[in-house]
Amino acid sequence: MSSRRSHSRQSGSSRITEDQIADLVSKLQRLIPELRNRHSDKVSASKVLQETCNYIRSLHKEVDDLSERLSELLASLETDSDQAAIIRSLLM
Amino acid sequence: MISMDSQIFFQNSYEADASLESSRMKRRKIEAESHSSETEVKWRSESTQRIYAVKLVEALKRTSSRNDPPTPSAAAGERAVRDVADRVLAMAAKGRTRWSRAILASRLRFTRLRRHRKVKKPSSSAGRPRKLLPAAADGQKKRFPAVENRVKVLSRLVPGCRGIPVANLLEEAGDYIAALQMQVRAMTALTEIISLSQDDRLGSSSSSQA
Repeated sequence: MSSRRSHSRQSGSSRITEDQIADLVSKLQRLIPELRNRHSDKVSASKVLQETCNYIRSLHKEVDDLSERLSELLASLETDSDQAAIIRSLLM
Repeated sequence: MISMDSQIFFQNSYEADASLESSRMKRRKIEAESHSSETEVKWRSESTQRIYAVKLVEALKRTSSRNDPPTPSAAAGERAVRDVADRVLAMAAKGRTRWSRAILASRLRFTRLRRHRKVKKPSSSAGRPRKLLPAAADGQKKRFPAVENRVKVLSRLVPGCRGIPVANLLEEAGDYIAALQMQVRAMTALTEIISLSQDDRLGSSSSSQA
């Protein structure tokens, strides 16, 4: 992990430095689609954290919707053995 | 016609090499965040993703076959799919991250103790005092109360990350987000394959009846 020398404040006292946290925050920012377009210096840590929480919640919801859809599809899949055989032949 | 992308996503699964994957995982874990490729960041390596896809399909098939004798409600079926997807995701992480261990441990506890749900935290280092750590790196400019609140909310969202230091939490959150993105992609592809094949089936059966 690269440390930015110009921003080093506490050098020896804390094991977890500000630079590391700033690195991790910027890494998080790159993962979130909304914040990726903006320049990294202009986004505060608070904003990144807030967007991270919102994004995780939206991902959870998306997974829930998808699993609902998948459960319906799999339920209807079992009733037709020919179709189930086709699916299995495609996936295996 | 089924789109080639989602088909390839699942068909290449069996070509994954386990030994190659472990060496790739170490390298890709570091590179994964710096890959600002097309739209989304990859989680772990390609072969890990394929392994996840295969396990997901197998586990989902087992789930649907188990639910046949008693007719389940829609919510129960959905929860089963969600649980399976989460568990397979956590297994694909190979226990290297805290959130994956938390997901797996909570599943184990739930199946064993069905009467009373213990909300015990499955942390690997259980003896470590939790209140000590957030105060250790204090007195710096990033510890505004607003940021602290956001950190708390985030720690509640990522499974198994309630009392850990901020740096670890940020790292876990980054990995968890990438994994969730991959899970969404995989389930979307699977849904597309199944629904498209259903359309084909309906189309062919109607034409055969005519």
